[in-house]
Amino acid sequence: MAIAFRFKRIDTPASPVINWQYEGDALTAYKGDTIAAALLASGIDYTRSTPVKSTRRAPFCMMGTCFDCLMDIDGVPNQQACQMVVTEGMVVKRMQGARGSSNLSHDE
Amino acid sequence: MQTQITIIGGGILGLSIAWGLARAGNDVVVVDEGDQAFRASRGNFGLVWVQGKGYGMHQYAKWTRQSAKLWPEFVRELEATTGVQLEYSQKGGVDFCLSDTEAEERVDLMNDIRSGLDGDYPFEYLEHTQLKKLIPEVGPTVTGATWTDMDGHVNPLYLLRALYTGFIASGGKVINNQTVSHIEPQQTGFTINAGVTIESEKIVLCAGLGNKILGPMVGMNVPVEPNRGHIMVCERVAPFMTYPSVQIRQVGEGVVQIGDSKEDVGLNDGTSTNVLAGIAKRAIKIYPLLAHLRTVRSWAALRVMSPDGFPIYQQSSTQPGAFVVTCHSGITLAAAHALLLSKWIASDTQPDNLESFSGDRFSI
Repeated sequence: MAIAFRFKRIDTPASPVINWQYEGDALTAYKGDTIAAALLASGIDYTRSTPVKSTRRAPFCMMGTCFDCLMDIDGVPNQQACQMVVTEGMVVKRMQGARGSSNLSHDE
Repeated sequence: MQTQITIIGGGILGLSIAWGLARAGNDVVVVDEGDQAFRASRGNFGLVWVQGKGYGMHQYAKWTRQSAKLWPEFVRELEATTGVQLEYSQKGGVDFCLSDTEAEERVDLMNDIRSGLDGDYPFEYLEHTQLKKLIPEVGPTVTGATWTDMDGHVNPLYLLRALYTGFIASGGKVINNQTVSHIEPQQTGFTINAGVTIESEKIVLCAGLGNKILGPMVGMNVPVEPNRGHIMVCERVAPFMTYPSVQIRQVGEGVVQIGDSKEDVGLNDGTSTNVLAGIAKRAIKIYPLLAHLRTVRSWAALRVMSPDGFPIYQQSSTQPGAFVVTCHSGITLAAAHALLLSKWIASDTQPDNLESFSGDRFSI
């Protein structure tokens, strides 16, 4: 089920709009939004699939404990989207399954 | 409440024995203290480990090996009867050496254990180039490693769940959140005060560090002390680590688990940043690629150590029917405890060659 209409902003901030990318789509966020909050407000459906059973997941606890919002953020995998603020030009992708081990031997 | 056998302690050790007894048709009650207890079963590393154990007591090396051999059938039965998958694998394991001195000492120790087992103790020492063939990700400063096909690993939390499920399914009863305050030996059997009163023909102390307090209630001295170990857990990655080691393993869900610290700090299971940093440093020397992984959690738990580090298996001489079972390798020995040691409790006939595990060895 789409999350689109379940979340709305209590008030639309006056602060400047930030432009960023999610799965190749251009999105906007407000200054101070976490990635997870911006995505929920934008009506995403899921933000990762689990490593073992490929189940779809979306941000849940919004406070850094559940690890359900892991995403690939500016090329760095398995990051908690609820713990990072959106910045101009940021490129965010879903975390699909487990992080590969082949890229571990190089600097990211 | 009346029962044949009461097990004090609902960790892996207590439930292994309880499950073994219940599946053989005995009437068993387990008393579990609750989360204020120092739960070694919830905090341990999950190795089914043979290599290096039993230096100074060959009987322990034999017993460990016997249990590791029983593990495949133990897992088959547990998984089939409970539906819980244990993430068990026994493809062999390595123990890394980070200097020539470490390597020499390790090989001497392994050779000594091998001679005590009449040579029936397969292992090899792999120097760096050989080791790199087995484990391509190994770091350039690792001197070598001992390797054996006897070792394996398991998810200890799934093991605990399976034992619990299997025990209940075999008719066992668990009393949760009760501290045993008193055990009163009767003409025959025991009266146990654990919130409710239990009248039991036999009693088995499997309470880990708690055995030190409970032992004297049934005429036994159980000199166990805590030894703290830290564990650090990294983010999930696609499986790349085939062989577990004493220091590092990758679990079934892709998490990399690190830790081999040993500290005497009393009943303190808090974590120390310095110790964790030391563990991480050593881990990165072994697998440099781990430097790129984020850690997501760390914790410490208390091992249950006897003065010589070996198990204590004993029936009270003054209060027959009261047993104590304690060891620091409750995972590795779970198969032997469930399938062999439980028969001793049920029948009073001690399995061969277990006399040397009596706690009397600590009395002068």
